[in-house]
Amino acid sequence: MNAQPPTLHIPEPLACFGSAPDFSGLHLAEAGRVRRPTIDVEASEIRDLAYELIRVLDADGRAVGPWSDACSIDQLRSGLRAMLKTRAYDARMTMMQRQRKTSFYMQCTGEEAISCGFQPALQAGDMNFPTYRQQGLLIAQDWPVIDMMCQVLSNEKDRMKGRQLPVFYSAREAGFFSISGNLATQYVQAVGWAMASAMRGDGHVAATWIGEGATAENDFHAALVFASVYRPPVILNVVNNQWAISTAQSIAGGESATFAARAHGYGIPALRVDGNDYLAVHAAARWAVERARRNLGPTLIEWVTYRAAPHSTSDDPSKYRPKNDQAAWPLGDPIERLKDHLIGLNAWNETRQIQLKAELDEEIRVAAKEAEGFGTMVEGAKCSPASMFDDVYKVMPSHLREQRQELGF
Amino acid sequence: MTMPSLTMIEAIRDAMDVMMARDDRVVTFGQDVGRFGGVFRCTDGLQHKYGSSRCFDTPVSESGIVGIAVGMGAYGLRPVAEIQFADYMYPAYDQIVSEAARLRFRSAGEFNAPLVVRMPCGGGIFGAQTHSQSPEALFTHVAGLKTVIPSNPHDAKGLLIAAIEDDDPVMFLEPKRIYNGPFDGHHDRPVVPWSKHELSETPEGYYTVPIGEAAIRREGTEVSILAYGTMVHVAEAACRAVGIDAEIVDLRSLIPLDLDTIVRSVIKTGRCAIVHEATRTSGFGAELSALIQERCFYHLESPVVRVTGWDTPYPHAQEWDYFPGPDRVGRALIRLMET
Repeated sequence: MNAQPPTLHIPEPLACFGSAPDFSGLHLAEAGRVRRPTIDVEASEIRDLAYELIRVLDADGRAVGPWSDACSIDQLRSGLRAMLKTRAYDARMTMMQRQRKTSFYMQCTGEEAISCGFQPALQAGDMNFPTYRQQGLLIAQDWPVIDMMCQVLSNEKDRMKGRQLPVFYSAREAGFFSISGNLATQYVQAVGWAMASAMRGDGHVAATWIGEGATAENDFHAALVFASVYRPPVILNVVNNQWAISTAQSIAGGESATFAARAHGYGIPALRVDGNDYLAVHAAARWAVERARRNLGPTLIEWVTYRAAPHSTSDDPSKYRPKNDQAAWPLGDPIERLKDHLIGLNAWNETRQIQLKAELDEEIRVAAKEAEGFGTMVEGAKCSPASMFDDVYKVMPSHLREQRQELGF
Repeated sequence: MTMPSLTMIEAIRDAMDVMMARDDRVVTFGQDVGRFGGVFRCTDGLQHKYGSSRCFDTPVSESGIVGIAVGMGAYGLRPVAEIQFADYMYPAYDQIVSEAARLRFRSAGEFNAPLVVRMPCGGGIFGAQTHSQSPEALFTHVAGLKTVIPSNPHDAKGLLIAAIEDDDPVMFLEPKRIYNGPFDGHHDRPVVPWSKHELSETPEGYYTVPIGEAAIRREGTEVSILAYGTMVHVAEAACRAVGIDAEIVDLRSLIPLDLDTIVRSVIKTGRCAIVHEATRTSGFGAELSALIQERCFYHLESPVVRVTGWDTPYPHAQEWDYFPGPDRVGRALIRLMET
């Protein structure tokens, strides 16, 4: 008999600062290999898909397998444009933060395919409950970047009136719920929103977003149990970008099971998808949205990707990740992969890619200049401090009126 | 015209019934709320009358209950969520504080969460530390919330209807010891039913009691007693027992607070006692005391006195030593008059 007392297991990242990149724990699958179930499939019939990886683009950029026919050429070009624009936007906003024109910024570099490929699966009237790394949901629907920039700059045109941290957008018209910043809280709200849509018979679908690290929050599990019980039209997205600031996914439980597999305990169908493969993303999104729309209930999707950028402008991943980690990432870069695919179809070429990038960089530069004209964090116009007393309540109570007067307004 | 006499439970149920009939956006849910009608019976019959998509049971998850309420409110419904005991509210506190309370502000009015969270509060039923708490100060400390505590069936119905119609999140605390009768703290005496109390007379159909208006329960000249919920009845009993001509102000709504009524009363009497069942330190009485000091200092004949629950968890066997009953309130009033 083994007399050794139990010991504690503290997961370590497979690779960290000073070591070589190691992605051996990823549960990868060959492109085209994973089957595409009918949308009325029972969760119990596709449990294996939570440990597979739905991929469409193979190593040569060809679209293969049963998930490969979701996009037209025009849509692929439009997806490429949205991803490039998102990246150009991120680059410009990061630069403006370095120039101290704003306090803070968060890029989604490497993850663009997820939001840009997901959004076209939704319709007007649907609602996303995003985290701070889904700016592509707005950009993919051509939401004016100048509106987003004014929010980042907290200037006089910031519709949030300077109240929110940069990137915490809200755009009701675009089906983009106000970003909270408290992790996971909105996951369960989306379930409630979808329940309301179902109660009213309105046919609207909710899509909710979380990072793999925040799946440890209790609201993630509350969302899954409520989604499981009431089966509302909601898509439960988990963006597994491997890192929660400096904490590897193993600390969120990713070593013992995939994040997709968490749906199994709740009887919710789950897919695990290559998040750097625009075609796979859009195909899986359409599958899940159609399920929701046809009253077949919720779907959880784990999008496997890699956070190529720092967590935020306040973060320095060179302190905790291996050098060249992104270069070794086996799922590549989503923009390069879609570009290669389009070139393989003779629907694109390197020259057009360079032209498009230049055109988008210029569009973003011009928009940024215009946005700066409405003020930045450091200079120019801002919302009056008096406005901080607005919207706390619908009608300002007397104690807030007094405090506003105390401030001098 | 005589009005029906209702208990608090019946009045609360009636408020939801009236609003569910008037407005099909009103829905109610919580643990044991649907089929069974609530452990205190506040939703009894509503599922039968309005169907299981308007009144339903939820999983045992307070953050989930309030979380879906925020989403439903943002969608455009009027959710009324029940937390079975205020003591179980804490898992939902993040949803209440970080989400419901701030959604309008952070989205600059683009989204809001017009929800009501009903929760039975207070002791007096031998519920010990998990079924007796009065967490109102945890809500009044949060910008963006309204906090309401009725003391009688008439107000309970009118305030709950006003809360459901309110476009801001309302924390609706229901002192469970007065669900079935106007308990005045004399736990050793026979239970008095609501039917013998004039404020159990409750108009049929729709009416509101505006949120933010206090009520003078007893006019008096010697001291102002600020109270709410069960403590209004305790204060009345204490005044009768010690023969002090106190003015009893039933706050009804803590945020927004009817400061004008409070200040007018304290200026008139020159003395003030604050009575609440919640723990003392950083309790709502501390806020009231500070406000009175700021507004009425030169009219005060003596320091403001607080009679409250002790700064301990709510005990089981020692419940009546914890509860600020009429004897403790009476003694405080006598001391206050002698100062």
